[in-house]
Amino acid sequence: MPRLEEHCWSCSCSTNVKSKDLSSASWIASKLSEMMSILTSMLSHVYRSLYSVHSTNLIRRGLVLFTVGVLLALVLNLLQIQRNVTLFPEGVMDTLFSSAWWIPLCCGTAAAVVGLLYPFLDSHLGEPHKFKREWASVMRCIAVFVGINHASAKLDFANNVQLSLTLAALSLGLWWTFDRSRSGFGLGLTTALLATLVAQFLVYNGIYQYTSPDFLYVRSWLPCIFFSGGVTVGNIGRQLAMGSNEKPHND
Amino acid sequence: MTVRERLRQNISAAFYQHGLLCASYPVPIILFTSASILTCCYPLLKLPLPGTGPVEFTTSVRDYSIPSHEPQGDLGERPEWYRGPPVAYIQQVLVKAAVSPWDNTLVPVDAFRSPLGRVFNLLEEIRNHVYTDRSLEALCLQVTDLLPGLRRMQAVLPEHGCLLISPGNYWQNRRDLFDSDPDLLKTIQQHEPKGLHTSATLRDLLFGVPGKHTGVSLYNRKRVVTYTITIALSGYDARFLGSLRTRLKQLHPSVNCSLREDHMVHVHFKEEIGIAELIPLVTTYIILFAYIYFSTRKIDMVKSKWGLALAAVVTVLSSLLMSVGLCTLFGLTPTLNGGEIFPYLVVVIGLENVLVLTKSVVSTPVDLEVKLRIAQGLSSESWSIMKNMATELVIILIGYFTLVPAIQEFCLFAVVGLVSDFFLQMFFFTTVLSIDIRRMELADLNRRLPAEAGMPPPKPGPLRPRETPPPPRPSPHTITLQAPAFRNLRLPKRLRVVYFLARTRLAQRIIMAGTVIWIGILVYTDPAGLRTYLAAQVSEQSPLGDAGLPPHLGVAPVFPGGDPTSTLSVLPAPEPTPLPENQSQGYGAPRPGLATTAGPQISWGPEDEEGWRQLSFRHWPSLFSYYNITLAKRYISILPVIPVSLHLSPQEAIETRHPQDPRHPPPPSPKTTDLQTDLTLYKVAALGLAAGVLLVLLLFCLYRVLCPRNYGQNGVQHGRRRRGDLPCDDYGYSPPVSEISPLLLRGHSMDIECLASDGMLLASCCLAGQIRVWDAQTGDCLTVIPNHGLRRSSSSSGWEHRDGWDLAGVCDADYLLGSDGQDAGLGAGMADGEPPSQTQPGSGFDFGGLVEKAYQEHEASPPLPFPPSPPASQQRRRSLGDQPVLPPERPLPGPSDWDSSVWAMELRGNLIAAGRSSGKLELWDAVEGSLRCSNEDGSSGITALAFLNNRIVAARLNGSLDFFTVDINKPLGLLQYRGPPGRGSLPPSPCYSSEDVISCQLTRSVQCAHQKPITVLKAAAGRVVTGSQDHTVRVYRLEDSCCLFTLQGHSGGITAIYIDQTMVLASGGQDGAICLWDVLTGSRVSHVYGHRGDVTSLVCTTSCVISSGLDDLICIWDRCTGIKLYSIQQEVGCGASLGVISESLLVTGGQGCVSFWDLNFGDLLQTVYLGQNSEGQGVRQLLVLDNAAIVCDFGSELSLVYVPSVLEKLD
Repeated sequence: MPRLEEHCWSCSCSTNVKSKDLSSASWIASKLSEMMSILTSMLSHVYRSLYSVHSTNLIRRGLVLFTVGVLLALVLNLLQIQRNVTLFPEGVMDTLFSSAWWIPLCCGTAAAVVGLLYPFLDSHLGEPHKFKREWASVMRCIAVFVGINHASAKLDFANNVQLSLTLAALSLGLWWTFDRSRSGFGLGLTTALLATLVAQFLVYNGIYQYTSPDFLYVRSWLPCIFFSGGVTVGNIGRQLAMGSNEKPHND
Repeated sequence: MTVRERLRQNISAAFYQHGLLCASYPVPIILFTSASILTCCYPLLKLPLPGTGPVEFTTSVRDYSIPSHEPQGDLGERPEWYRGPPVAYIQQVLVKAAVSPWDNTLVPVDAFRSPLGRVFNLLEEIRNHVYTDRSLEALCLQVTDLLPGLRRMQAVLPEHGCLLISPGNYWQNRRDLFDSDPDLLKTIQQHEPKGLHTSATLRDLLFGVPGKHTGVSLYNRKRVVTYTITIALSGYDARFLGSLRTRLKQLHPSVNCSLREDHMVHVHFKEEIGIAELIPLVTTYIILFAYIYFSTRKIDMVKSKWGLALAAVVTVLSSLLMSVGLCTLFGLTPTLNGGEIFPYLVVVIGLENVLVLTKSVVSTPVDLEVKLRIAQGLSSESWSIMKNMATELVIILIGYFTLVPAIQEFCLFAVVGLVSDFFLQMFFFTTVLSIDIRRMELADLNRRLPAEAGMPPPKPGPLRPRETPPPPRPSPHTITLQAPAFRNLRLPKRLRVVYFLARTRLAQRIIMAGTVIWIGILVYTDPAGLRTYLAAQVSEQSPLGDAGLPPHLGVAPVFPGGDPTSTLSVLPAPEPTPLPENQSQGYGAPRPGLATTAGPQISWGPEDEEGWRQLSFRHWPSLFSYYNITLAKRYISILPVIPVSLHLSPQEAIETRHPQDPRHPPPPSPKTTDLQTDLTLYKVAALGLAAGVLLVLLLFCLYRVLCPRNYGQNGVQHGRRRRGDLPCDDYGYSPPVSEISPLLLRGHSMDIECLASDGMLLASCCLAGQIRVWDAQTGDCLTVIPNHGLRRSSSSSGWEHRDGWDLAGVCDADYLLGSDGQDAGLGAGMADGEPPSQTQPGSGFDFGGLVEKAYQEHEASPPLPFPPSPPASQQRRRSLGDQPVLPPERPLPGPSDWDSSVWAMELRGNLIAAGRSSGKLELWDAVEGSLRCSNEDGSSGITALAFLNNRIVAARLNGSLDFFTVDINKPLGLLQYRGPPGRGSLPPSPCYSSEDVISCQLTRSVQCAHQKPITVLKAAAGRVVTGSQDHTVRVYRLEDSCCLFTLQGHSGGITAIYIDQTMVLASGGQDGAICLWDVLTGSRVSHVYGHRGDVTSLVCTTSCVISSGLDDLICIWDRCTGIKLYSIQQEVGCGASLGVISESLLVTGGQGCVSFWDLNFGDLLQTVYLGQNSEGQGVRQLLVLDNAAIVCDFGSELSLVYVPSVLEKLD
């Protein structure tokens, strides 16, 4: 007990700083998702009314994707917080959930939207995604995505350019390994751009600010993470859409 | 030939050779592989085990200076954390005191009372020591309050002053308290925590040596008391400490002490792991397990799925180990956190190749020799394997050029891992696969024998099945069925796993082995455990063995052979006590046995040099944490101990004796030392037990996770995935392969609505109202009964023309032309059998505009569709003798019948009972296509019909239920039917002779059988069961139409009912619920919710209930327990089509195909494609005929599929 309290004492300040910084990043994703959800709600409504049979299926997929998004957001948040905070005091979980309770939710929404958009786009473009369509590959993809986050959080890079380049290479590698479709690339890129733009917008408008001094650091990994996240979630979404008959596996 | 092609050929040839090699010599190759794995993993032994223990770094005392904060260039040996001043310098004064010579007049308490008492003198000495002008007060680490919550320790631990701790703290460093303490041991014990302690206890803190070594007990045979005075210093002053050292040594010289005093050890503590840190780690591991699960799930068609999955995992894991081992061998030290990067390495290396290999090998022809199969499978996948590997290597190499050290290291590991994985795949996994396939063939053979023996002629010998043509790519119309004996032998997967576990007692063995290993580790690593005990034993035997120690260099031999810069975490490192040297260099020092007589000897061994190592590695962190100082990611410097030997005379001991000491009761026998060992034993036992329980729970959870109940979905998954290219694949080995060719029955112009069959004949009715009768054996169309009412649509004339079956059409046309203008009112008036006025103009014509238009078109060109024209038809009519029949017949229903469609149809004998939407019941002769009788007592549409023996039950839309009796009688006294003359020329028919006049008499009408429309009607075993939208099911007796039961239990309209001869009644409703009822008592046997949406059809077998729903899911339930065994996902819109051919064979319809499933396991046996153009048309209805044929409709076509082997079985 005394040890824990001591940790509280020693780490609380840095935790707060970091989590704010972090939450801003994920909050952006959420905002983006809200906008996108408004945009796509009509689309999905039309889609649903057209395929009423599919609507429950669609909702289920959305829920699964939402859950995945929430979980991923939480875990990746933790990873980022861990970057500078060595020791979690008892309270960090509380602060994580209290100050930014809506961030995982918004990330979940974003994930649902993107994950539903991918198969929708596929069917719209008429080029169904056939490359490595199996759950094992999806799991691999998620693992690599978490790995990229892990790398961005845990590794020490010489400078931000190196970080950016490395992450970009990794993200492209992810796309090439698991997706290889033009639509996937395009949508991922769009997601990344939009998300980053929204992030900047929010920061400039002062809705949220990076309190962390290494703002460049955040900015350098943000787009890559968004890109690979989009590809990953799209991968899950496609698999769900394809094997919607299977029991969805959400971890 | 391009280079690429040549390369490809060469590769595949090489793989072929390799496959032959592997399959030919499996055992030597496996031995070789294991040996190479072990060799490569050997360097790993030198690596410290991962953990969160502290790491150490040793420097020399002499030229010590506080390390600077800035990282320095070339000091490569220095670990990264060795920067800046330490949190504290720890100076320990190690005191060994003994009363010597030991006198027999002394009581046991004397062995430690006076030695402990000397601590106060020493403390005094230390506190008052001054060098030049510096005293301890200036140098020592000043501590403030203890953390709140530690009030208990407030009396013991120092506050607001120097952090100086010694056993004297028990008595507030006051001699008088000590002297007046009657029971020292009690004072010491009272601060000990109850129960098991995990980290440093107060006793350890104060004494500074592990509790066992203090010698403060009544049973200390050595009678040497050991304790330390620990001083935490905030600054380092070499001269002060030097003078203190010399002073103490001077005062209390240690004669035979040769402790080295030139090294200080810096101990760096890792961050402490909390739950929050573990979350990402756990997540990655969960993902890893999911990945492995989803990957290995795809392994099938092998003898032991689990064995192969295990082999695959072993391949990957040992390749990882090999990669780490190799890297270590060549001098690369892993600096990454192994636990963190491990999942990523596994994911990068992947299980894909292994799966591809398996798939490719099992898809080779079965009749080949095993080694040829392996070789073929290998060579066919060789190119893709090589290509994938090259791609991955390139990607990883790109990663290598990111120039981030951590990523580079990761990539290096990954590359070596990939290569060794390839090696293992080629040698280990391939060989295991070959063994597995050989085993499968043998097992297959053994199992088949009895089944074959029972089978009559077709197979020449028991070996035959192996030589059957390979199933992997058969023609699309083959069905693979297993011999029944074989099928019965195969248990459900879950049961097989359980049996396997039970047979091999795997769980118990794993638990046992795990517990043993765990206990071993625990005993070995426990600070108070075996290792220290051994070390103590050894050092006891040779107390001066330190002379044989290798000379200490700049690095303490904490990591034998390893690099001290490693940041890989270490367990509490083994102390440098080289046993052999000690033993070889025994000084012949007094043995403990001698000490009892010659008096206790104070001996200094190498283990005293760094006595703190024997403490828990949580010792220092917990000490500092009491004062709110964290050691996480920081380090402390431990200075060499100052040895102090105290020899006390017996007189002194007696003087300091407390009056109560001699009266001290003879100590309760094994109080402290024995208790200590006992405690360790109990601890081990308890923890071992806990570990066992935990392991069982874990295994259980794993089992629950890995083996969900719905096995069928798995089968569907791959079935779906491969549909189209590999229609039949599941049990490629055993089964006799028989060809199935579906017969296409074409003729209907619109979608088929009703299907009925009695085994010999098959009647179908399409939306156009046309009824066709087919021979169920040959698929010939026997009769066409057109519906004149809808014949007018121009689209429907096409088939007539094409078919050449024009008689009815022409009759129809004649009739049509004549009666087109029938008046509705007139028709109603004529309902009692007045001959119609065929020339009535269309005054009451009330069809829709569209129909009218079509009608007019038709009128405009009447002869066109019917080239054979009236004469022939006239002739035919005459010859058939039904010419007189038809004209009076047809008009009977009046105009309302024109567009009345057939809603229900039944076929018995050669009579077709058709219920129309107008409420009319018609009986047609199936062979001749003539109407034998009709009844229109009811005006409400007939929604369902049941035809049993000579009774017909019709359910109507208004909820009423009509019971009709079909009489085969002389045509006398009939109500509605006036038998026409001239029937004698009709040919006899099997069931109902055409001579007979058939009448259909309404015997009873239950007016309000249900409140709402009756949706289902089934009859069997003398019972009629109706289901309605009013949520109830009613059971009637067929003979007297008496309502026996009203079954309530559904919360939605009834949509499906099943009843059979054995009085099994099942009902399904719109609420997705399925109820099983006892027909004799009317009680509900079970009630399950299985579907989202309506239950569309229900079938029972003796052991299970099969239901399908609007959610396109087919669920198989255990009939006795009501437990869902598994479910099968159907294609959209095909959910309702299912049938059971035999006890274990289920047929379901799909998009343009029907699938056969093994009911016992939910495995897809085969998919039969019905036709080229039927793709995309879902099978909506499926009827299983008695002769093991399946009729299904898709769109306007019928398909008749024979399942010959089942026929054989039924016979």
